[in-house]
Amino acid sequence: MATQTASSGTPRADLPEPLPRARKRSAAVAPGERSLVASPTTWFVWAGTAAFFIFLIGILVSVMVDSFGKSWFNTWLPDSFSTDWYTGAWDRFDMTSVIGVTLTVAFAVIIISVLIGVPAAYLLARRTFPLKKLVSVLFLLPVLMPPITYGIPLATVMYNLGLGRTLTAVILVNLVPSVPFVIMTMTPFIEQINPTIESAARMSGANMRRVFTKILMPLLIPGILAASILVLVRTVGMFELTFLVSGPQSDTLVVAIYRAMTAAGGGEARQLISSMAVVYTISMMVILIVALRFVSPTQLVARVKESRED
Amino acid sequence: MSAPSIGRTRATRSTASLRHRLAERGIDTSLLMLVPALVFAIALFIYPFSYGIGLTFQPSAAIQEQWGGGIFANYVAFFKDPFIFDSVYLTMRLALPAALFNVLASIPVAFKLRHRFRGKKLLTTLLVLPITLGTVLTAQGLLIFAGRQGWLNRFLLQIGLIDQPLTLVNNYLGVMFSLIISGFPFAFLLISSYLSGIDPSIEAAAKTMGADWKQRFRRVILPLLAPGLATTFILTFVLAFSVFPSARLVGDAMGSTRVMALMGYRAFAEQIDYPMASTIAIMMGVVELLVIGVVLLWRSFMYKGSTGGKG
Repeated sequence: MATQTASSGTPRADLPEPLPRARKRSAAVAPGERSLVASPTTWFVWAGTAAFFIFLIGILVSVMVDSFGKSWFNTWLPDSFSTDWYTGAWDRFDMTSVIGVTLTVAFAVIIISVLIGVPAAYLLARRTFPLKKLVSVLFLLPVLMPPITYGIPLATVMYNLGLGRTLTAVILVNLVPSVPFVIMTMTPFIEQINPTIESAARMSGANMRRVFTKILMPLLIPGILAASILVLVRTVGMFELTFLVSGPQSDTLVVAIYRAMTAAGGGEARQLISSMAVVYTISMMVILIVALRFVSPTQLVARVKESRED
Repeated sequence: MSAPSIGRTRATRSTASLRHRLAERGIDTSLLMLVPALVFAIALFIYPFSYGIGLTFQPSAAIQEQWGGGIFANYVAFFKDPFIFDSVYLTMRLALPAALFNVLASIPVAFKLRHRFRGKKLLTTLLVLPITLGTVLTAQGLLIFAGRQGWLNRFLLQIGLIDQPLTLVNNYLGVMFSLIISGFPFAFLLISSYLSGIDPSIEAAAKTMGADWKQRFRRVILPLLAPGLATTFILTFVLAFSVFPSARLVGDAMGSTRVMALMGYRAFAEQIDYPMASTIAIMMGVVELLVIGVVLLWRSFMYKGSTGGKG
């Protein structure tokens, strides 16, 4: 990128504000003046983005086509289309129970991690206490470590406890990254609430429990909703941890698809897997689109600015 | 063991004043709200982790026989067995370039998307959407789309750019594509939110002093963005470093993409050698924390302070 821009010579005004559509040439560009010419960097970025989208759309559409296609070998498109693979996959992989497991795990993880995480987030947002740094690091670590690194010892413990391949184990392992995640998401939400409201309630004689149920909870509902949806996305998409402890009766959708792809003897028919993958992606996208309606992704990092704009 | 018990006896001796003094330092009954989270963290994270570390010193008989070294046999095996040790290098060869690329590529894209233009929201949504794809669908899609018979090769053959279908999957390249597709949206999301936290007036001030965009980028934006860059790099690196399903599905699982996660899983589920699996997992954590440490060290040399936009 640097060489691209250097070779073009003229001082380019304003990298962040290019107007890619405008093609008028302005003769001399003073520093600070907006360039009306799409600079090489702009083209470079747009070309990269385009390539990214080509791959993305290619991947999506080819899986889509594959899941509907009958006998697709050496041609641009399959010979004919049908929905047989979907009904086939539904029966073959017992999708009703797989989706049931996925939802059970997801909702159990959401409820438990909110119950555990919100009070902890409240304390971390409002109080100072000894060893606070250490506690925060403790809650941050599972997010910073690759799931496999703590997943393997954790799964070993689970198997030793006789919990291997059970639903309980799947829920427990999924809590490990979810609780810190709820804490991380909720802390900015709690910081946004004016502490004087709580003080007023406490002055009026409300105890901590009543402050929580009557004052904080209603104010925190948007935050809790946002955190829950993000946990839902993470849990439904979590592969590694679930894979390490789940068994045939406790596989979530991702793991079921992976097992189908890597099953002994070259795996299942490709189209069956494609149709499952389509089901997975569509449900994930629905969740994410719902999530984006409730929470702005930038809110998680840029807290104060976002709240001011509301 | 002795330190807390001493504290407790002292506590029973002078309850009233101690409670008061403790409350002043921020210790009171409301800290009990932290207890469930702490219990959870200790039971599900600290305990298994220390259990795993303990397990690494109980090598199986087979490992001990082959590599020797007594209780350190697992570590001896890890460092001396090229089949296992090479996976460190193979993981790095995938994760470092992928994380670097994702972070560096999202900087210009985030810049372009910083200002209002038509279709910005749509473009942002489209860029973020791949987060939902999941590694498994990405893998399946790459196999179909970029495979020998796939549309990509078919198109390139048709327009005469290549004579032979390119092998883009079932190798290093396939995993790299998968890492970029799943990692880039994430990096982009983080970088653009960090970028939105930089007060535009700082840049405007530099502009009035006659700084061109290169100077503004190097002297103003980059220092302010550096902490965000470090965080983004770390998080993307963790994602890329723990690559597992795609390394197996679109990679060359026993060759160029034999990553540490795969080796750990192999020891865990296929060889049922829990001590060795834990050793690989722990070493994976160590290697990962080393990289994070280097990044944090770099960050400590950069500007630390307000970015103007955020509180």
